[in-house]
Parts: sequence; C-alpha cells; structure tokens
Amino acid sequence: MPLPNWLRTTLLTLGSIAVTLLGLLFVTFVIGRVMPIDPVLAIVGERASQSTYDAVFQELGLDKPLIVQFGYYIWDVIRLDFGTSLLNARPVSEDLARVFPATLELATLGIFIGIVLGVPLGVVAAVRKGSWIDQVARVVALVGYSMPIFWLGLMGLLIFYGILGWVGGPGRVGIFYVDVVPSVTGMILIDAALDGNWDVFKNAFSHIILPASLLGYYSLAYISRMTRSFMLEQLSAEYITTARVKGMSEWDVVWKHAFKNIRVQLITVIALSYANLLEGSVLTEIIFSWPGIGSYITTALLSADMNAVLGGTVVVGLIFIMLNIFSDLLYKVFDPRAR
Amino acid sequence: MMADLLDIENLWVRFPTRQGIFDAVRGISFSLGRERLGIVGESGSGKSMTGRAILRLIRPPGIAEADHIRLDGTNLLDLSEKAMRDVRGERISMVMQDPKFSLNPVMTIGDQIVEAYRLHSKASKAKAKAKSLEMLGAVSIRDPERVMRAYPHEMSGGMGQRIMIAMMLIPNPQILIADEPTSALDVSVQRQVLDIMDKLVTVRGMGLIFISHDLNLVADFCDRVLIMYAGRIVEVCDADRLHEARHPYTQGLLNSLPRLSEPRDRLEVLRRDPAWSEAPSVSGRLSAC
Amino acid sequence: MADASGQTGGLRAWLLTDTPTSRRHARISALYQGWLSFRSNTMAMVGLGILVLLVLIAFAAPLLAPHDPFAQDLGNRLAPLGAPGHVLGTDSLGRDILSRLIYGARITLYIVALVALIAPIAGLLVGTVSGYVGGWVDMVLMRITDIFLAFPRLVLALAFVAALGAGIENAVLAISLTAWPPYARIARAETLTIRKSDYISAIRLQGAGPLRIITTHIWPLCVSSLIVRVTLDMAGIILAAAGLGFLGLGAQPPSPEWGAMISEGRRFILDHWWVATMPGLAIFTVSLAFNLLGDGLRDVLDPKASE
Repeated sequence: MPLPNWLRTTLLTLGSIAVTLLGLLFVTFVIGRVMPIDPVLAIVGERASQSTYDAVFQELGLDKPLIVQFGYYIWDVIRLDFGTSLLNARPVSEDLARVFPATLELATLGIFIGIVLGVPLGVVAAVRKGSWIDQVARVVALVGYSMPIFWLGLMGLLIFYGILGWVGGPGRVGIFYVDVVPSVTGMILIDAALDGNWDVFKNAFSHIILPASLLGYYSLAYISRMTRSFMLEQLSAEYITTARVKGMSEWDVVWKHAFKNIRVQLITVIALSYANLLEGSVLTEIIFSWPGIGSYITTALLSADMNAVLGGTVVVGLIFIMLNIFSDLLYKVFDPRAR
Repeated sequence: MMADLLDIENLWVRFPTRQGIFDAVRGISFSLGRERLGIVGESGSGKSMTGRAILRLIRPPGIAEADHIRLDGTNLLDLSEKAMRDVRGERISMVMQDPKFSLNPVMTIGDQIVEAYRLHSKASKAKAKAKSLEMLGAVSIRDPERVMRAYPHEMSGGMGQRIMIAMMLIPNPQILIADEPTSALDVSVQRQVLDIMDKLVTVRGMGLIFISHDLNLVADFCDRVLIMYAGRIVEVCDADRLHEARHPYTQGLLNSLPRLSEPRDRLEVLRRDPAWSEAPSVSGRLSAC
Repeated sequence: MADASGQTGGLRAWLLTDTPTSRRHARISALYQGWLSFRSNTMAMVGLGILVLLVLIAFAAPLLAPHDPFAQDLGNRLAPLGAPGHVLGTDSLGRDILSRLIYGARITLYIVALVALIAPIAGLLVGTVSGYVGGWVDMVLMRITDIFLAFPRLVLALAFVAALGAGIENAVLAISLTAWPPYARIARAETLTIRKSDYISAIRLQGAGPLRIITTHIWPLCVSSLIVRVTLDMAGIILAAAGLGFLGLGAQPPSPEWGAMISEGRRFILDHWWVATMPGLAIFTVSLAFNLLGDGLRDVLDPKASE
C-alpha cells in the first residue's frame, strides 16, 4: 500500500535531517581522531605506566574498529555526553548548559535589533529606490559586510566605553552585581526582571547593549539588503498594480500587499542571520569577555581541550540545523502555496 | 450622439533609457462614450501604456503627459494623488492579462474582493461579504462561499479572470479598462469570460476600453476600434466596417490571419513602412467617426 | 552605435562591431563591451583601484616600507601617530606599524589567492560531476554539500584548525573546507541547465565523452557565475582569515598578519588605540574594495541578479 502523501513528506524530511545530523557527527568524529593530541595521554598523564595506559586505551574503546568507535560516539552524543573537559574535569555538557544562555541572550537581542531596524530600512530602500535613503542603506550594508566584527567591537569599546563612558565595559554585569540575582534562565536580563531587581537589570543592560548592537548591525546589513531585493521583486509584480487600481494608498499597497508576500522569504533570511549571529558571537564574546559558547570553544581550543571544542561544535551545529527546520515549518504556515 | 465619459487630448508616455527618451505613446487623442471601444496593436504599440496612463499608474521614471484626461468634466491630471485614489476602482477600473499574476497569491480571494469594496464604501464587513458573494454569483462562480476562502493558486485561469472582473466591478465604476483580459486564458473559456464581461458592462451602462492584439476578437466584440502603431493611432473605424479599413497596417493585420472561407497557400507577412510611424496621429474622438 | 564607432574608427570599431568575423573576435568584443559597462560603474572602479594598489604595495613591500617590519626597538614602544620616523606609530615591541601593514598585504593576498583557487575549483569539480552524472552520485555529493552547508562556518574552521594545528596554510585549508559548498551548488545548477541543452546533445552525438563535455563545454560556462561569487566572497574570506589570525590560529607571531596585529593591539586599546585601529582599517579597506568590485562584476556578468 502506498504511503499517504503527508507521511511520505514527513519521513523524507526526517530522513534528510537524520543524514545531516549523522554527517555533522561524522565530521566532528574525524576531527577528533586526527587531532595530534593523544586522548589517553591527556587523561593519564606523561608518567603513567604502560599498563595504566593500555587500560585507559581499552576503556575509551580505542582498540575497536573505527566504525564501532563512531557508533559509541553517536550513542554518547544522544545521551548528551560529550566527555569531560580536560581543563576543569567537569562534564562538557554541564559547561555548555551554563554558557549557552549567555550566548542566546546576546544573539537574541542582536537579532531583535537587526530585525527592528533592518526590515523597515530594506522596505523603504526598495520603495524609494535610487533616493538618498536607498544610498544610505546601501552604504550601511556595504560597511557592515566589510568590517571585521572583532575590530568593530574594539572600536565600540574604545569609543562608547573608554571615551564616552556611555555603556558598561566587558563582562555581563559590573563586579558588584555578580551573582546577585538567582539564576533561573541563565539570561541575566530575564533573571533580574523575574527577581524584580532593576538595579541589576540596568547594569546588565548597559553591558549587553553594545555587543548586541554590534551584532545587530551585522544582521541589519544582511537583512536590509535581502528585504530590499525581495521587495523590489514584489513591487514590480502585477498584483501590486491591481491593488493600486483598486484605489489603495501607497502605504497599504506596500505593507498589506507586497510585504505580506515577502514574509516567507524574510523568515528564512532571519533564521539564517540568527544562526550566523550565534556563530558571529564567537569573536564578539572574546572582545567583550562574554562568558558564552564562543568564548568557551575558543578557550578550549587554545588549551587543546578537544572534548570541549567538539561538544561546543556539535551544539552550535545542532542549533543551525534546528533553525533550518524551524524556518521550513514557518514557511508552510505563511505561504498558502506550500501547504 | 452619446455623451463622452472620458476625453483624452494629446497623451504622451515617455520612458528615459540609456539611449535617450523612448516615447511609448506619442500624442494620441480619443474619447469614450457608453460604448465598447477596442484598442488594437502589436506589442510595443503603446496600447497598454495608454490604459495605465488614464489611471495615472505610469510609475517613475516613466512620465505621462497630456493636455487633459477628462472624466465627466474633471481633468484627472489636476487631481491630487489622494483624490486620484478615489477615482481608481470607484470610477475607473482595470482588468489585467493574467489572473495568475494579478491576484495576490497570499491573500484569500474573499479578502481581496472585500477589500476592493470597502476601499470605497463604509459598509460593514458582513455587508461587504454578502455583496462579494453576490458579485461572485454574477460572474457565474459556483459555490462562491468556498471560493471566498480559497487562494488564487487553487483557481483555474478562467475562474481567476472572472474573479478579477467581480473584484474590479464591485465598486460599480463607470469605466472598465480590460487589458488583454483573455490572452492568458484557454481558448475554450475565452468566450465565456468575454460574455460575462459584456453582460455586466451593458447592464450597468458602463464604458469599456478593450485592449487587445487580436483584431478579429475586437471586431467581434467592440463597437469601435482604434488601431495603434508605434505609439500613434493610425486608424479609427466602426467595428462592423473594419473590412473597409484603408490604412495598409490594418489591412496587413486583417490579411495576416488565416480564414477557413478563403484558404491560401501562404499567409501574408506584414510589410512595415517607416512612414507609418511618422504620420500624425488620427483623432479617436467619437465625433470624428 | 554604428556611426559613433565609424567616427573613431580603427580598433574601437573593430571591438564594437555587431558582426564579428571570428569566434575570438566575438569573445574579445564581448569582453570589451563588458569592460565599457563596468567602467561606467564608479564604485566598482574605486574597488578595482584599491585592489591594484594593494597588489602593487605587496610586490614592492621592501621598497615602500620605511623600516624592517620585524625590527624591535623597545626604547620606542607604542609611539603615537606621527612620531618621527613612524607615521602610524609603533607597536608594543617598538616595531613600525606602517611597515608591518605593508608587509601584511602580502599575507592577505597570499591567503585570498589560495582560498580563491582551492574552494571554487573543488566546488566546480563536485558540482559539475554531481550535475552531469546525476543519480546516486548526485545524491551522495549533494548530501555531503548540505552537511557542510549546515555547519557554522567559523566554528567548523576553528575545529579544523584545532585538529590540523595553527598556521597560515592550515587556516587557508580550513577556510577552503568551509567555503566550497556554495560553489558546488552554483556549478551543479549551471550544469543541470547546460546539460539539457540541444548543443550538448549534438556534441554527444558527435561522439564526445563525458570528460570532454565537462571540461571543454560545461566548465567554461560555469566560470562567469563562479567569478562573481568568488569576488563577492573574497571579503568574507579576508574577514575569516583575519578572525582566525585574531584568535591566534592563523599566522603566528611575529608575522605581520593584520588580524594578529589587532589581537596584539587589543591589550592597549584604551590607552594606545592606534595599534589595533590601523590594521583594522586596512582589513576594512581591502574587504570593502572586494565588495565594491564584486557588485560591479555582478552587474556586468549577471544582470539578472543585480537588482
């Protein structure tokens, strides 16, 4: 009996997600194997006896064929076991759970800024194509595409913190506010609001606003350009003429008709730039001493803590894939033709 | 003599290009009564631009100029953009070529029709919905309740165009511009769509401007025909006297069609004379006929 | 057009002709007309100018640099802008920043050139094979491409460098490994459209094998869209390389790589801002130039996408 259509599509989608996940794990597995660091030595130390070495070697399953080792690796990841960090001897998964909310908070505020400013800028640039505002939007985007994010972060610190003193410096909160509010979500702004401690909130906000604005600027560059080109395509469509023939105002033509048609594409773009922000925060976090996943991976990298690096990579990769699935789902909600 | 609904004097439509200014429409004048006026020409002859210029829908960098475009004595060129919006839809409306593109793909058909109605009347949503259902019935849509909830991609071309006609006629305009309304449709439904449009236009006593490249169709369907070539009107005549047309271009168009009654080995190919595009525009006024 | 070229005559007329006499004539003429429309794009010309300048600076570095980029002068550390003999000041070891920037241009060009060679060629191979052969080969190759696309690029590059060890060559390899999938996608799409065209069937009927068809008929047609994409990606490559350098995973000290220079200057950002600012400006200028050039090239070679 042939499968019903929706079941077939769902199975195919799940299958392709599974293959992508497997590929992701395979790549990290290979990277872990070609590392010039001996995982056994890293655990037992240089002066261990040969028998201890062999015991650990077997315990880690390194005597088994590679494919079996890969199987163990997948099983570990499914149980969210990324091994222990060599730096602090804690499970990597615990570390990741601790640092991830910081990144999430930063990237979310960043994408929020990027959407709120980038979408209207792109729409206006398309509607007033060739005008001064279109030129400004073009320059804003070009500069955003061309500037190294870590350098922009440094310049931001120099100007807004060092010279003007408008914002808080590196870190998530000032030294007197550390651990003042109980950690519920791990996101300080939300925790402070839940606790009703507005002093902490204000201080945390003064620290997050600069890095979030910079990340927001990067996503703004991309979002505004894409919005503009999507809008230009729609504005030249025939149904726009229909709307004008009906006697509709230009504002309604733009927002009620054209914009409705770019929502779907825009969601994909936003999901993509959100994923890029999570990643772009690697460099930003270092500049701003932000204790997020980017800082975590880099620190681990510089001290050859491979379990931590691979665990972090897998988590970021998983988020990427999940964002892709999520934008596909929303696609179906907003576009009647995809249902 | 019928009273003129619309009178156009010396209309030009220009587009600046890298090679200089391109004149799509070059100083044409015509008028429209409560009649079916056909405008025929090949692509690029300026016929579609004429339709859009009447609604002042030529987008920059394009420019439309005229001595006047008078609707019931008001010069549309003097109106503010806001006042012009009241003209569009409510007094002059337009049906375009392909319903696949001229309907908004992500809005339900009901929403689009209701919107057209409520732009020009203060009617409640419920009343607008009732009116829309009635209008869909008038264009022979079966099961209008279901169609109201459907999206344009779920409709066939013929249904789409009837929906388009319903949507454009719902504010009860005086003039309908139909820009190649059947060119994108299957031959089998063309006639049906034309008949529906014809019936509604006649019953309501509207003026119709029927833009097409198909001379025979226009001759069948319209009262009067303007032949356009290279942005000018080269000939005006009554539809039933088209065979008496004198201009070589019109004769060429007529001869380039195969006829069952007069089988020929080869169809004639239109030979163009550069002098045609230089000759002054013929007046398309009713009185000039 | 005809009378304009008639007046200037000679070469220009030959280049602008509507009736080329040979295949090469047609190709040169098309190139020239592309150049004419490219030349009218001021911003793209500015970008091109900056890049030409960059190449000249890189080649003539020993002649242009006022000092040895590695010569330390601890007595003159962190000299400000405009200090005698050091227009852009000195860094924490008293090295002349201007000279280091000039030599750093070589490293930047080296990285960009290598990545721009490796990634598109790898992508072209994968994409054309995938598109031409089709079937399960296509499925496997495209799945692999998707997997790489699903990865966060910088994090993947980080992990690669971690595995391979820090250094310029490994940074290049890591960036290339993350950069090839989009090229494979483009090349595959182009191949699919070309493959179905009638003239490919004609060539096949003449007995040409797949290898010959791919190398002599499909590759040349994929090149122009790849060039546009590479130029537009160039800025991203520079930024990625600088990012790796900044993290200490690219060029190693004392190499005057711009990203590494920012990282060195970072410690003094509040008191000696120019140490980190100047290399950042250099990176910004060069990637801006690539972006401007890429936009211009896209307008000429791929007018559909330029809106």
